[in-house]
Amino acid sequence: MSLGVEYYLVLSALLFTIGVLGVLIRRNAIIIFMCIELMLNAANLAFVAINRSLGSSDPDGQLFVFFVMAVAAAEVAIGLAIIVSVFKHKKTINVDEVNSLKG
Amino acid sequence: MTAEHVLFFVFGAVSLIGAISVISFRHPIYSALSLIVTFFAQAGLFVLLGAHFVAAVQVIVYAGAIMVLFLFVIMLLNLGTLSAKSALKGKLKGLAVVLGVLLAIQGVYIAMTAGTDTALESAQASTEVVTTYKIGELLFSKYLLPFEVTSLILLAALIGVIVLVKRENQAEN
Repeated sequence: MSLGVEYYLVLSALLFTIGVLGVLIRRNAIIIFMCIELMLNAANLAFVAINRSLGSSDPDGQLFVFFVMAVAAAEVAIGLAIIVSVFKHKKTINVDEVNSLKG
Repeated sequence: MTAEHVLFFVFGAVSLIGAISVISFRHPIYSALSLIVTFFAQAGLFVLLGAHFVAAVQVIVYAGAIMVLFLFVIMLLNLGTLSAKSALKGKLKGLAVVLGVLLAIQGVYIAMTAGTDTALESAQASTEVVTTYKIGELLFSKYLLPFEVTSLILLAALIGVIVLVKRENQAEN
């Protein structure tokens, strides 16, 4: 007897919550980015678990994971480039201090 | 307790501990290394779910490429000295933790009740391992358009990053 889907979904919910908490608590832009990655990974886990438990022969859920990963890679590249250029201007990446749109 | 139970709880505990470390370490380097631990544990969970190819991609793309990018930027900006006061203080932090716990309770409740959902209950969980052949076949037939759009997104990200960094150089000159 294999493990029920609810185990994976609970784990996924907990990981997602930790990601949300990190975004709320931490003020370092890089750590906020890492927490967004945590949330995306929690969603990936839910995708794969649901895909298996639905018993479909096609791995549709796993393909969504690939698309999520591709978007996450693009998002990280752009986000880190923005962080680097903000740091060059402001000498900080504390999101509370980066509060003006103009230089 | 089957072997799957044991492995699930081991990988689940490691990924949760890694995730909590990500948000609690002061120095971003330690957070990044904890995040790598979490990604490896999740790759183990993907193997348990029969998604071997996803597990491999998780290790190669996330734990490999994306985390190298994070570590590179952390070292490039030399953030160790700047991150001393990088967390909320006092009431706001308490409020964030309370809201987070509420969200966790909601998420766990929904996940627990999802197991009794009719669509999931009637379906027989497939125990077969998904092969790379099947994934590739689906990727180039049913999901051909999203696949091509993804390539456009990556191209846009590539050009965007170059533009962002290039403008910065010109401003300095």
